[in-house]
Amino acid sequence: MKSIIKLFIEAPWSARFGFVVIFVYIVLAAFAPVLTPYGESQIVADAFEPWGGGYLFGTDNLGRDMFTRLIFGGRNTIGIAFLTTMLAFLVGGVAGFIAATLGGWMDQLLGRLVDVMMAIPTLIFALLILTITGTSIPVLIVVIALLDSTRVFRLARAVAMNIVVMDYVEAAKLRGEGLWWIIWREVLPNAMPPLVAEFGLRFCFVFLFISALSFLGLGIQPPTADWGSMVRDNATLITYGDITPLLPAGAIALLTVAVNFVVDFFLHKTSGLRDEH
Amino acid sequence: MPQLVKMVAQRLALGLLTLFVVSLIIFLGVELLPGDLTQAILGQAATPETVAAFRRELGLDLPPHTRYLEWLGDIVQGDLGRSLANGREISELISWRLYNTLFLAAIAAVIAVPLALVLGVMAALYRNSLFDRIVNVSTLTSISFPEFFVAYILILFLSVNAGWFPSISNVGSEMPFWDRVYRCILPALTLTLVVVAHMMRMTRAAIINLLASPYIEMANLKGLSRTRIIVRHALPNALAPIINVIVINLAYLVVGVVVVEVVFVYPGMGQLLVDSVSKRDIPVVQSTSMFFAGAFVLLNLLADMLAIVTNPRLLHPK
Repeated sequence: MKSIIKLFIEAPWSARFGFVVIFVYIVLAAFAPVLTPYGESQIVADAFEPWGGGYLFGTDNLGRDMFTRLIFGGRNTIGIAFLTTMLAFLVGGVAGFIAATLGGWMDQLLGRLVDVMMAIPTLIFALLILTITGTSIPVLIVVIALLDSTRVFRLARAVAMNIVVMDYVEAAKLRGEGLWWIIWREVLPNAMPPLVAEFGLRFCFVFLFISALSFLGLGIQPPTADWGSMVRDNATLITYGDITPLLPAGAIALLTVAVNFVVDFFLHKTSGLRDEH
Repeated sequence: MPQLVKMVAQRLALGLLTLFVVSLIIFLGVELLPGDLTQAILGQAATPETVAAFRRELGLDLPPHTRYLEWLGDIVQGDLGRSLANGREISELISWRLYNTLFLAAIAAVIAVPLALVLGVMAALYRNSLFDRIVNVSTLTSISFPEFFVAYILILFLSVNAGWFPSISNVGSEMPFWDRVYRCILPALTLTLVVVAHMMRMTRAAIINLLASPYIEMANLKGLSRTRIIVRHALPNALAPIINVIVINLAYLVVGVVVVEVVFVYPGMGQLLVDSVSKRDIPVVQSTSMFFAGAFVLLNLLADMLAIVTNPRLLHPK
């Protein structure tokens, strides 16, 4: 606990801002049912009520409380993006470590497979698969995680490549340790810092990607609240100068900026990397 | 020189192979579809006889590899088949939308590329100054913004509050050139803001990387001005990575139009793709994805080849 406070104090203002924002988002998402006055998809008034008067941010296109939807939307979008990123790291990380540790035909096979997948733009690939499978949340998570795991694979493999040539890995191999033992005990601990930083960046990417899909009406389906589709549903308001649709969009932007600031700080800290030469 | 030709030929062959695999994936994806096309068209109530007759008519009773070759052959000849939703020729649906999409991407590129170069060079020139910091923070921020957020902010300020530009970019096929440009300004500006950050950061990094080299120090000791050192000595040598990142961003532009087109109700390929995905109009999705993936692969291929051609060090691998 002490070290976390110390880390917080020595961080630059941008990273401190990032930490605070992420913390607030997590609290809001965790306590969503307690903090909100109405149910997630409960219709409480007429459509497009103005701000104030019982509805902090007014109501949406179906007369649901905007403030309630915002907090539940955060909970859903962040939760799904987090699960997706975890799955992507599990698949991509394990595949990358295996490719680097085993080498040979396994490395070639996985490497070429990833090359082909990365040759198709992610959005187009996702849309193609979603046309065939239809959109449901489990399908969405698996499809995006698989597409994103290609990037994780590249990084995990590159990092592990530098580790598997180390003497201690050689020693473990000669001792007769199995593949999983080597990956779990020798490679993974040494590959952690770059992977953690990448986790932040991938999370941002997945989060933006899911929001974009939902905004297009092809991601998280109603009545589940989520920020992308909330922008889409209330977009007409913007032409009357009402900024309500910017709230969920701004919430997305704020979180990605915050995560980026923290990742930036973390990268500087772990690698001693400096921008200026 | 023959080595250069060999490397370019290798990239070209690899690019064509990728295109082939991409077409295979797009075709096979539909093969794995639960249910089949005939049911989608005729509905659940169709009798087995009509289904069988219709399958024969569409050629669905042939083995997959024969159909793949026919499908690929038709695409190469420009025959993309018919839409399931409205029965129109896909090539007819696509042709003017394709023009619109390329038009929008081109306008965005014309604004974004010079802007990114100038900002990048200036950030390198005045690095660690207030200007550099402001540019850096604002580009980091704009990278993390969703495209529709940028788009709606532009609409709010430039269209609703100021009333300078239309918030809906409904271009017609008979519209005069400048009218069309005027209607495309907001989507083009959105795309510009999204891609400029990356290009500008890479330009700055590529130039700053070179500033430690001996010939720059030499120029410095000769007493040349900073502007001259950067523009005449550093920039030409940094050109290879810069060209590379520009072409990759152009590839991104062609694909990135999807969301922006939907926001501005712009009649382009992206809008068509999104509509067809929600209607599950498979032949149209296949054709549009093939176009997007093809453009992406070709531009990446171009980036690789330009990197080889402009970088003398790559020509002599050890």
